[in-house]
Amino acid sequence: MSSSTDTQTLHDVANQEYKYGFITDVASDSLPPGLDEGVIRALSAIKKEPEWLTEWRLKAYRHWLTMEEPHWPKVEYTPVDYQSISYYSAPKSQEDGPKSLDEVDPELLETYKKLGIPLSEQKMLSGIAVDAVFDSVSVATTFKDKLGELGIIFCSFSEAVLEHPELVRKYLGSVVPYSDNFFATLNSAVFSDGSFVYIPPGVRCPMELSTYFRINAANTGQFERTLIVADKGSYVSYLEGCTAPMRDENQLHAAIVEIVALEDAEVKYSTIQNWYPGDKEGKGGIFNFVTKRGMCKGDRSKISWTQVETGSAITWKYPSCILKGDDSVGEFYSVALTSGRQQADTGTKMIHIGKNTRSTIISKGISALNGQNSYRGLVRVQKGAENARNFTQCDSMLLGDQCGAHTFPYIDVRNPTARVEHEATTSKIGEDQLFYCLQRGIEMEDAVSMIVNGFCKEVFRELPMEFAVEARKLLSVSLEGSVG
Amino acid sequence: MLEIKNLHASVEGQPILKGIDLKVAAGEVHSIMGPNGSGKSTLAQVLAGHDAYEVTQGSITLDGKDLLDMEADERAREGMFMAFQYPVEIPGVSTMEFLKTAYNALREHRGEKEVDALDFLNLVKEKLALVEMDLAFLSRSVNQGFSGGEKKRHEIFQMAVLEPAIAILDETDSGLDIDALRIVSGGINKLRNPKRAMVVITHYQRLLDFVQPDFVHVLVDGRIAKSGGKELALELEDKGYAWLENAAAAAATS
Ligand SMILES: Nc1ncnc2c1ncn2[C@@H]1O[C@H](COP(=O)(O)OP(=O)(O)OP(=O)(O)O)[C@@H](O)[C@H]1O
Ligand SMILES: [Mg+2]
Repeated sequence: MSSSTDTQTLHDVANQEYKYGFITDVASDSLPPGLDEGVIRALSAIKKEPEWLTEWRLKAYRHWLTMEEPHWPKVEYTPVDYQSISYYSAPKSQEDGPKSLDEVDPELLETYKKLGIPLSEQKMLSGIAVDAVFDSVSVATTFKDKLGELGIIFCSFSEAVLEHPELVRKYLGSVVPYSDNFFATLNSAVFSDGSFVYIPPGVRCPMELSTYFRINAANTGQFERTLIVADKGSYVSYLEGCTAPMRDENQLHAAIVEIVALEDAEVKYSTIQNWYPGDKEGKGGIFNFVTKRGMCKGDRSKISWTQVETGSAITWKYPSCILKGDDSVGEFYSVALTSGRQQADTGTKMIHIGKNTRSTIISKGISALNGQNSYRGLVRVQKGAENARNFTQCDSMLLGDQCGAHTFPYIDVRNPTARVEHEATTSKIGEDQLFYCLQRGIEMEDAVSMIVNGFCKEVFRELPMEFAVEARKLLSVSLEGSVG
Repeated sequence: MLEIKNLHASVEGQPILKGIDLKVAAGEVHSIMGPNGSGKSTLAQVLAGHDAYEVTQGSITLDGKDLLDMEADERAREGMFMAFQYPVEIPGVSTMEFLKTAYNALREHRGEKEVDALDFLNLVKEKLALVEMDLAFLSRSVNQGFSGGEKKRHEIFQMAVLEPAIAILDETDSGLDIDALRIVSGGINKLRNPKRAMVVITHYQRLLDFVQPDFVHVLVDGRIAKSGGKELALELEDKGYAWLENAAAAAATS
């Protein structure tokens, strides 16, 4: 391939416009922009929260005031003005809360339809229970009854605070403490809503649980908080998908996901992140600063993170596992694509504490146009973690020569019986591979998409079937116009 | 069908092809031989449209259409197929998916609708038999972990599925054991037909024992130094290339 054709194709792909950039026109109830203790009390009051939670938020807020925004990730952005953000926005029709889908604002449903969220009756038959978070309030939860029969709790976080306070209080902040890091602490102070999942002992959740997040109102940061507790011997697979409308301003998304797996429990958490990435010049787009962490608390427990990150102007997240139980297993499978002016600094932390703990990290970074992609990962083996095993593989693929891929693996081993393997490759998309495809009559764009999808296969096969299909499509769409 | 006139091509500013004239009519099989580095693969790549190679002079037409005007994928859809001397591995992409994508691209070009999955499977099974390949290959990543011989068979299998108007086979026989050679050449022979032309690049007479060419050309230093019938290949087997190289060098300096 001559470099001129390559670049041309790269440009065509990158010029692909964001397909989910519409704004839903619903009257919303918002708190005015700004953050102080009064705002937090107001927020907590709107949500009718118990006193202990209000106090917990305030404790986090006070701690946050002492913290500094971190600058170690390899990303650059204009500073966030935390006083210009509105910390609460709820669609107005939610005041009384819909009891069923019929009561949900039709325009919201229309929004979900555009996103392709399976919320309607027929789609429910496809076996997906959806807890949809629209701005800050969870508007519709499906399949709750069916799950209820098994003792599974799947509801909005706010509802869980009111209905299951003992569970929330026991596990909230147990994996990501309120003082954890700048953005997590901010989230702890102002988190709006999110999902709560509890799987009782011995129950295998019979369907994928799924949440679609969507930021709608302008100038509202979204601070969801998700808590998943898998009790002894239980299993759940959870999928999170996100999209946000197109706006010129940057929007902050500082979420937290906490997972607790007790003895013999297994949690599979999959994310397809497709927030608005900003335009070609880097205007607008979501700042996705997220803390995700799971604790394999019980022996033989397992937590597996799979993420496909194609959106956001900036992605900064490290879904991690604390392997505390003996024989527990942590996995991280990641595809991160950065195109245009997107930047991603993502990876994982695997903290081996228990004996015979095992972790696997497979990371695939793809950079196109001016995209910057960093893998940052920590594998730590504590003193007592006899026979810990880790395998890490980080592959980067560059499409074009204006983009970058960086790898920052940190390895910290304090037990001599540990075995830690790390493999890393960086390659340009193979010109030979492209020519081979072209010679068979396949168009450049399809060839690129096919090769990149092949590159990501080890990660995609970890996704539930229907989401793997979606991830492939998303990757192809994100690549349209961006490679060669 | 294929007409090459005074073709000059260079790579990274270095002239490799220095004036090639060749006409290949439908139904014909031409063999191109010549010493290492004489430009045989370069000619194949230039015909296929690899843009690392710059055509500095001359023309290539296929059925009157100017190939130099087309990108590699367009040429392929117009019926140009090249069996690679070194087939490329594409990790994570199944052979089935690859081939189906290519097949559908050709169909779309001809204004036909996408092939039905079952029909395609049947087609593929039939063609696999031609090169005695197992269906299991189709679920493996393209060429990944294929043995040298399997890769070559796979090229011929693809030709069988895509049914090109003209096929350039670049050393499809090298690296084959005697049984594989028989299988591959048997496959090639079955794909010979009055409408299809083939250009077979090889170093060895043993392939030409199986696939009998209508014409043999010897490429030396970027030019066709001699053309003849299939007996020319036998003569080369006997005498080597030195006499032609000397003649070519004399011609170049005169
Ligand atoms: N991409 C390239 N970059 C630099 N030189 C090249 C390139 N491709 C071909 N050449 C050079 O062009 C010349 C002809 O190479 P080519 O591969 O066409 O020879 P060949 O006749 O196919 O040889 P063989 O019989 O060994 O396959 C060689 O000197 C080779 O080094
Ligand atoms: Mg060659």
